[in-house]
Amino acid sequence: MEPHGVWIYAVTGRVSPASLNQLSGVGHEPVRAVAAGELTAVVQDVGLAEFGEQALRRNLEDLDWLGATARAHHRVIDALAQVGPLVPIRLATVYSSDDGVAAMLAERDADFRAALARIRGRTEWGVKAYAIRRSEPQDASADAEPPASPETGAGAAYLQRRRGQLAAQKDARRQMLADAEAIHADLSAHAVETRLHPPQAPQLTGTKALMVLNAAYLLDDERGEEFASVVAALAERYPSIKLELTGPWPPYSFAADVDREGVSEHALRRGASDAP
Amino acid sequence: MSTRYEGEPAMPHEADPAIVPTAVSRGRPRAEPAVPAERIALVDLLDRVLAGGVVVAGEVTLSIADVDMVTVSLRALVTSVGALAGSDTELPGWGP
Repeated sequence: MEPHGVWIYAVTGRVSPASLNQLSGVGHEPVRAVAAGELTAVVQDVGLAEFGEQALRRNLEDLDWLGATARAHHRVIDALAQVGPLVPIRLATVYSSDDGVAAMLAERDADFRAALARIRGRTEWGVKAYAIRRSEPQDASADAEPPASPETGAGAAYLQRRRGQLAAQKDARRQMLADAEAIHADLSAHAVETRLHPPQAPQLTGTKALMVLNAAYLLDDERGEEFASVVAALAERYPSIKLELTGPWPPYSFAADVDREGVSEHALRRGASDAP
Repeated sequence: MSTRYEGEPAMPHEADPAIVPTAVSRGRPRAEPAVPAERIALVDLLDRVLAGGVVVAGEVTLSIADVDMVTVSLRALVTSVGALAGSDTELPGWGP
């Protein structure tokens, strides 16, 4: 038999093994449960030829593979999230055996149970804000520009106009960011927890509009509808910002409390490597 | 706007009253059409499955725990999207 590993989707409370029969994970293979104490890890056997460390490094660079795998991972987690609180596990976490999974569950039992209690009855929603370009800034500054005198010449006039455009763009961007902060503050007031993701690059969003906010909000389940109307009201109040609401999501952005030390260490590393 | 998809069959848990009830009470804005998982934007999904979720030390994937994965995968995304769109592959906001 091909060497295999154990891929983890999520950690949840007790689940009957039979109830997992309808779910299929990566590669449309069946998922199963590994239990330890009151916790269950929902897992799947994966071949190491495709999911071993070296293979993963290669495959994660392949957009088709990554997309299919991310969606399969999400499909299982999302289905499980419909029926009870769960802690999603980061994509591509692979153990060598069920024993390793069970040992990890036992070791972090208290953390996982605390996270499940925190997440119970709550749902993640995402809000992205884009700056809308209302008019071409060069039109406005060109109109305001006095005609170039014969002495200054076309080159100097161009430079002056260009400086004006850049200053106007800078002001507009600063205003957009201030608006985004105000929007985030308003939305945060409705959430139990919030998390900011880095804005997505225009190459990835498929739009030229600049993303000024990419946030996740953990809400009590019954507040989803109210939150959607708050987003709609904010969209009206800030006509120069386009708001997009996504969700409900399983609590991907809020499960990492279990991992607080690891996350802050990661943030520090990132901060250090970002420094000039 | 993407929404939870409806196609997945309900998954009965063992009779554990603590786990069962949330399915029906999950908040959802009225009159939003359900969007299948396949239509959720991949970038939104990757924000969550690559940068979210709990990092546990997998035995096999010990050394590609977190930030490495995010960067390799985003590189894959940007390269592919860039190649499709014929645009440059610079990714503002993401350090190397």
